[in-house]
Parts: sequence; C-alpha cells; structure tokens
Amino acid sequence: MTHFIQTLISSLSLGSIYALIALGYTMVYGIAKMLNFAHGDIIMVGAYTVIVAAFQLGMPPLVAALMSIVVCVLLGVLIERLAYKPLRQAPPLSVLITAIGVSYLLQNLALLLFGSEQKAFPTLITLPELHLGAVVIDGITLVTLAATAVIMVGLTLFINKTRVGKALRAVSEDKEAAELMGISTNKTITLTFAIGSALAAVASIFYGATYIYIKPTTGAMPGIKAFTAAVFGGIGSIPGAMLGGILLGMIEQFSKTYISTLWSDAIVFGVLVLILVVKPTGLLGRQIKEKV
Amino acid sequence: MSSPKPRIPDSPLVPYPSGAYVPERDVKEIPVLETHHLGIDFGGLTAVDDFSLTIGKTEIAGLIGPNGAGKTTVFNLLTNVYTPTRGSIMINGFSSAGKTTAQVNKMGIARTFQNIRLFSNMSVLDNVRVGLHNATKENLVAAITHGFGYRKAERQSKQAALDLLNIFALEQLADVPAGSLPYGAQRRLEIVRALATQPKILLLDEPAAGMNPSETQELMENIRKIRDTFGIAIMLIEHDMNLVMGICEGICVLDYGKIIAKGTPEDIKSNPTVIEAYLGRKGAKKDDA
Repeated sequence: MTHFIQTLISSLSLGSIYALIALGYTMVYGIAKMLNFAHGDIIMVGAYTVIVAAFQLGMPPLVAALMSIVVCVLLGVLIERLAYKPLRQAPPLSVLITAIGVSYLLQNLALLLFGSEQKAFPTLITLPELHLGAVVIDGITLVTLAATAVIMVGLTLFINKTRVGKALRAVSEDKEAAELMGISTNKTITLTFAIGSALAAVASIFYGATYIYIKPTTGAMPGIKAFTAAVFGGIGSIPGAMLGGILLGMIEQFSKTYISTLWSDAIVFGVLVLILVVKPTGLLGRQIKEKV
Repeated sequence: MSSPKPRIPDSPLVPYPSGAYVPERDVKEIPVLETHHLGIDFGGLTAVDDFSLTIGKTEIAGLIGPNGAGKTTVFNLLTNVYTPTRGSIMINGFSSAGKTTAQVNKMGIARTFQNIRLFSNMSVLDNVRVGLHNATKENLVAAITHGFGYRKAERQSKQAALDLLNIFALEQLADVPAGSLPYGAQRRLEIVRALATQPKILLLDEPAAGMNPSETQELMENIRKIRDTFGIAIMLIEHDMNLVMGICEGICVLDYGKIIAKGTPEDIKSNPTVIEAYLGRKGAKKDDA
C-alpha cells in the first residue's frame, strides 16, 4: 500500500509536468489551429536559462526561475512572429513542417552553445521531505503538485471569467466572427503563445529539478509525451490537456513500477492508440460539426 | 450603454451632392458609409465592380439582387475580410484602407452572417460579452486578484449585456449555450452580439432567411426599433421583398457585381432594368411584392 501511494504521488508529479506542457500544445492548437512541434524545445531552453542564470550569472534561484519564464515567453512570441505568422494563410502542412524545422533549429542552437554533454540543473530550493507514515514525499514533488494546481485553477478562471479569456474562446470557435467583434486575431495568437511558453518554462523548472540532467534534446521526449497527452484529452480542450497530462503521467509511472520500465513508453502510446480508436476526438474533445 | 434616443421620424430620400440618395434628416450629417468605385477581382473574374454607394447616418438601406450578384462579397469588402482591388471605403468620414477586420469593427461596422455564426459553445450572455470586448475596460491584475475594480467592471459588463438581451427578449436565456437556442433566437442573438460592439452601421446578411411571415414581421419591427433606439444606420441583404420594400428607405440593386439601380422602394419597384434582372426579359409587368 505504501508503495502504491508512493507511486501515485510520483505519477501525479510527472503528470503535472506533462499537463503544463500539454496546455501549451492544446491552447495553440485551439487558437491558431496549428501543431507547434517546437513547443517541447521551449522546455529545453527554459532549463538551460535556469542553468546559465544560476551558475554563470550567479542569480538567486527565484530570479533564475523568473528569467527562465521571461526568456521562454519572449522566445515563444518571437518564433510565432518570425516563423508562423507569415504562414497564416498557408496550408497546414507547411506550418507543420516549419514547426519541425524550428524544433531542430532550437536543438542545434543549444548544441552549438552548450555542447552535447549533459549539464546539471541547479538546486533551486531545498525543502524538507514530508513523512506521512511510511510514505515519503520530497519537497520538489510537493511544490510541483501545488504550483500545477494553482496554475490550473488560475488558467481556468482566466479563460472562463475574464474579458480576455472570453475573447480567447471566441477566437478558438470562429476566428472571422471574433475579428468582426473587434477582437484582433493576431494579438490573441501572440497572447496564446506567451501563455503556452510561460507554462512550458514552469514545466522546465520542475522537470529540471526532478530529473537533474539537461541536454539539447531534453525537450523532445516530454514534448512528444505532452502532445500525446493533449491528443489523449482532446486537443483544443483545456480541461482535456490537464486530464490527459495527469492520466498519461499515471499510466507511465504505474507501468514503470508494476509492469516494466522498458515497456512503459510502449504502454503509454498503446493506450493512446486504443483511446483514439474508441473516441477519435480524445477524452474531452468535442465533435466538430460542420454547418452547411 | 443603450441610452434612449428620440424616435427618428421618417423622411424622404433626397439627392446627395455625390449623386447618391440619403434621407433628408441625414443630409447635414457625415454619411456613415461611403464607397467609391469599389471593386474586387478573384483571379480573372470580377466579382464586384464600380460599387459606389452612400448611406446616411440613420438610414435603413437595402442591398438586393439575384443570387450570385455579389451582395455578400460587398459585405466582405466593407468589413475588410476581402481587400478591395479597386476603390475606397469611408466609414464615418475615415478611410478604412489597410485596416484589419477588427479595426474596421472598432471604426463602426458590425455584421451578422447569412449562415449563423455564433460562438455556439459559449453561453448567450458570453456571446454578447465578447461583443462588448472593446467597450469594457478590465485590468488584468484586478482580474487576477478579483479586486474591487474588477468586480465593478464585471458587474457593469454583465448588466450591459443583459440590457441588450432584454431588447430582444433573450434575457431569460442568458445562461443557455448559444448553440442550443431555437433558430429564430439564434438570429436575434447574432444581432444583439453585433450591436454590443457599438457600431455606427449594422450590416445584416439575410436576417429573415428561414423565418415565417409572423417572425419576419417581428424582425421588421425590431430592425426599426434598433435604428430608432441606437440612432445607427442599417444595411441589409434580403430576398424577402415585403421586408425590403417595407422598411428600407434607400435600396441598391446589384446584378453581376454591378449596381443596376439605386433609389426609393417606389423607384426600384417600377424600374424596368430591375424587373428584367429579376424576372427576365419578357416578364415586364411590375409586381414583385
């Protein structure tokens, strides 16, 4: 039982990281109707920013974390402006290929700047472990869970309650109609990339703190998994990305613990295939009705 | 936001210096919309050509013509959804060249669609509040902290939305998803949403499509009510000639992308070119109402 609870907690922590990244994929898809495959690499950039800020610039942990968020937001907005905006009217395939290109560009820039060797992520905070009977939860897991919960509630309130959030939902439903309501699609897309990248930066901090070692391809695997989580939950749906991320983390962690470490990824993607066969729009995805 | 204005009296159309007609009461005002030789080509095909029109500040204008004449294309040009190949558009005296659709909306044009395009997953109230987007000020920090200013702005925006819904008897449906409304209510909601952007001219694309005679009658009253309450101009595309002849002061007839006639309903009814465009060369008897 202790073992089970321990696994459950670590799976929630992993799932939280996936969920944070998946939110970026799903929001960009919902608003700009594109798959931003460079999103995973934003995590890598965020992690390297923390490393540079903490070790080379000697910044205090909190400042390093904030710098990481700022750099990721600027980078996300810049990528959108330079690479995706000129392709607003282009076929989806061109945008997809561009996104893959941007992903490789970021990975290779990191390779050039930091080399192929792994770099250690700094210890941002040292928190005491929490002992609940025989269950031991380390500090970073607690912070990850708490921060993710706060971010999710905040984001949900923002999307549903605020004026800008409503504008965001309107653009995701019908761009042209929203434009005719005086809502600028370009500004909305910029905002979406900014939010998505900020969430990726937060994810990168937790990822780095949990897995310690960072290399130029660090973003690729969590990126793909988070994308899977977004599709799993129903791409375009914000609660779907949250649910999908958490579930994916649970499936992965539980199969690692109880089945096989080697097979865990195969199981994760196998479940995705199964879900999509049964419900092609994902768990919370809506059937898109085309009106004539 | 719906500050009641005095009823606007009917007044005859008079020739405008540019050669167009506007209602007498609007002659001294800047026209809400003026187009000069507007045109657009798609590839080699000219969809709209030499479209010059003036609409008075509080005019109800009709844009009619056979199917495929280019009426909706004109609406898309006026809202900068399409970029004109030729000509110019002035909204309230300002050129809209080079503006985005969102900016054109801020300049004072709002529209509805031939096939309803509500945000169907959002509530009726939220649809209207999206329309109020630029009319509401909201501080992001205040929104996050749910401070006093936020609650006040929130309350005001909600009240403004409810007031607008009230005009069309939709306020009881405020919390219902827009997509689940009956057809007639969806059409009304689309008008309310457009009105929420506080336009100076409202473009209605076939507002009576799919309506029965009594619903059409109610719609006519509502269109007049909007004009009289908000003091704005309305331009509508419509195939229902009872509606067009019943409420429009000025009518513009489009055929093959070109204006073939402009004038009062009486002028249009008896215009041989119009009759020919609608009924073909032989049916030259006038009676299309």
